[in-house]
Amino acid sequence: MADSGYFDLRSAVLLLLLAALAVIPLFGDIFYTRLFTRIMIYAMAALSLDLILGFGGMVSLGHAAFLGVGAYTVGILSLWGVQSAFLSWPLAMLFSMLIALVIGAISLRVSGVSFIMITLAFAQMLYYCFISLKGYGGSDGMTLAGRSSLAGLLDISRHGTFYYLVLCILLLILFAANRLVHSRFGMAIQGIRDNERRMLSLGFPTFRYKLVCFVFAAGIAGLAGALMANQSLYVGPALMHWKQSAEILVMVILGGMRSLAGPILGALGLLLAEEILSNYTEHWMIILGPFLIIVVLCGRKGIYGMLKGANDHD
Amino acid sequence: MDPMLLLVQGLNGMQLGVMLFLMAAGLTLVFGVMNLLNLAHGSMYMMGAYLAASLQQHTGSFLLALLLALPATFLIGMIIEAVAMRRLYDRDHLDQVLVTFALILFFNELVRIIWGPQAHFMALPDGLTGYVTLFPGVIYPAYRLIIIGAGLLVALLLYLLIMKTRLGMLIRAGASHREMVGALGVNIKLLYTVLFGIGSALAGLAGMMAGPILSIESGMGDSVLILALVVIVIGGLGSIRGALLASIMVGVADTFGRILLPPALASMVIYFLMAAILYRRPQGLFSANG
Repeated sequence: MADSGYFDLRSAVLLLLLAALAVIPLFGDIFYTRLFTRIMIYAMAALSLDLILGFGGMVSLGHAAFLGVGAYTVGILSLWGVQSAFLSWPLAMLFSMLIALVIGAISLRVSGVSFIMITLAFAQMLYYCFISLKGYGGSDGMTLAGRSSLAGLLDISRHGTFYYLVLCILLLILFAANRLVHSRFGMAIQGIRDNERRMLSLGFPTFRYKLVCFVFAAGIAGLAGALMANQSLYVGPALMHWKQSAEILVMVILGGMRSLAGPILGALGLLLAEEILSNYTEHWMIILGPFLIIVVLCGRKGIYGMLKGANDHD
Repeated sequence: MDPMLLLVQGLNGMQLGVMLFLMAAGLTLVFGVMNLLNLAHGSMYMMGAYLAASLQQHTGSFLLALLLALPATFLIGMIIEAVAMRRLYDRDHLDQVLVTFALILFFNELVRIIWGPQAHFMALPDGLTGYVTLFPGVIYPAYRLIIIGAGLLVALLLYLLIMKTRLGMLIRAGASHREMVGALGVNIKLLYTVLFGIGSALAGLAGMMAGPILSIESGMGDSVLILALVVIVIGGLGSIRGALLASIMVGVADTFGRILLPPALASMVIYFLMAAILYRRPQGLFSANG
């Protein structure tokens, strides 16, 4: 592409998106502030799944389990009277990572379609487990009394403040993920995706690399779950239902996997489409379903992949 | 435990097991031959139940409803294959997951539009509403015994179809060498369409038989689908023999888990079973094409 070097559509779209995200609460409409808070939290979840899926080549269909564990950590701690975000949010990440360590250590023994089904099965196992925990709301879930407290530094019970906190965390995650992907570890994990046997012969402990990637992504998902509990003030098993996992997967594919901006665009695209379609008909899924089929069958680069970047040489 | 209770619960486990087998057989057959992961399999189960319930209301006969709904699910399966699945054989499993997930969304919403959001119930077929006395003092619902019998019969027919008929021979040949079978003049496209239809009809049959003992509602196929996936992973992907053994194992383990363990643990039993088996044998109990 000779002429695309002058005008980089990808960077332009990204900058425009970030600028738009920065000003949305200034319009003062609570509805949009809350909607975009939710979108940014889903964007984090999708971004973390892309680390496993796009960069690690592991098709996990149980990613919502980590969201759920993060959300339930905040919910259960809040029930016990622990409101401090400095305690509950890191614990949410920690528990998600611990569970990911166990699930990953078993699931990564297999690959391909078995891996898809096993991650799915483990997520469903957690789903049914939390449904039967009657003390924590069972299938109804539980309502939180209020958002976590940040020791007087910030009052996130105000929607605008919470919005900017989520935006900052999203940018931090984006920055960290960018560093990770371009680090030696990130290169190795992409090498394993492309040819695991060769990486193994080169002396990389591929199982350990994949497991670390899986656990790291689960940590981000756990944080997203903690934020989600704060956003909706509700924690329920539906958060970890396998359809939730599939929906996050759809976000990654819709936006474009193997990029960091793609999942964010995908979360934005899918949730906005849901929002807009549901204004016209309550049966919006009958439109969304076939639409997704067409997107997958016709092209799989996603929204981000369709934008031409400065570094494209196709 | 009381041996009579053991027997009754064992039969309950068997009944769940054969239902799971009907689901898992279609799933594993389609996966083994076409290398296709079909999450929309649960939707065929749901369609089977809805169609049978609605036909039973119109015709007044369970058997007639069954005889009409079975070819209907076969047809729906063939249409899905011709419209969407056909384009997915060369794609990776990720694309298959996405497209079949989108189909689930579509079908769940479709039944909500046609039959409404409320749950439907199906009457037990005439003559099967009673109980059978197994031993003096031990009774068991006749309909559940019929399910077990019908499930085992279908397993036998499926075995005969695949091992003893010309269609079965082509299916087995297509599983190992798709191009070669095509080069020998067999219409492999049509074969795949028919096979997908058979798989859908099996799932539909499971839904029809489950109709009278479950509530029929949108999304009812989703939880069964997960169980069926667990079954085919334990049994070994693509193996029908493995699916039969694994579905009975899962059915019995789940039933006994529910009566012996606290609920939080009971719901996790079959997943522990799966994890344990995969830890020892990552390829499942039987490897493919068994």
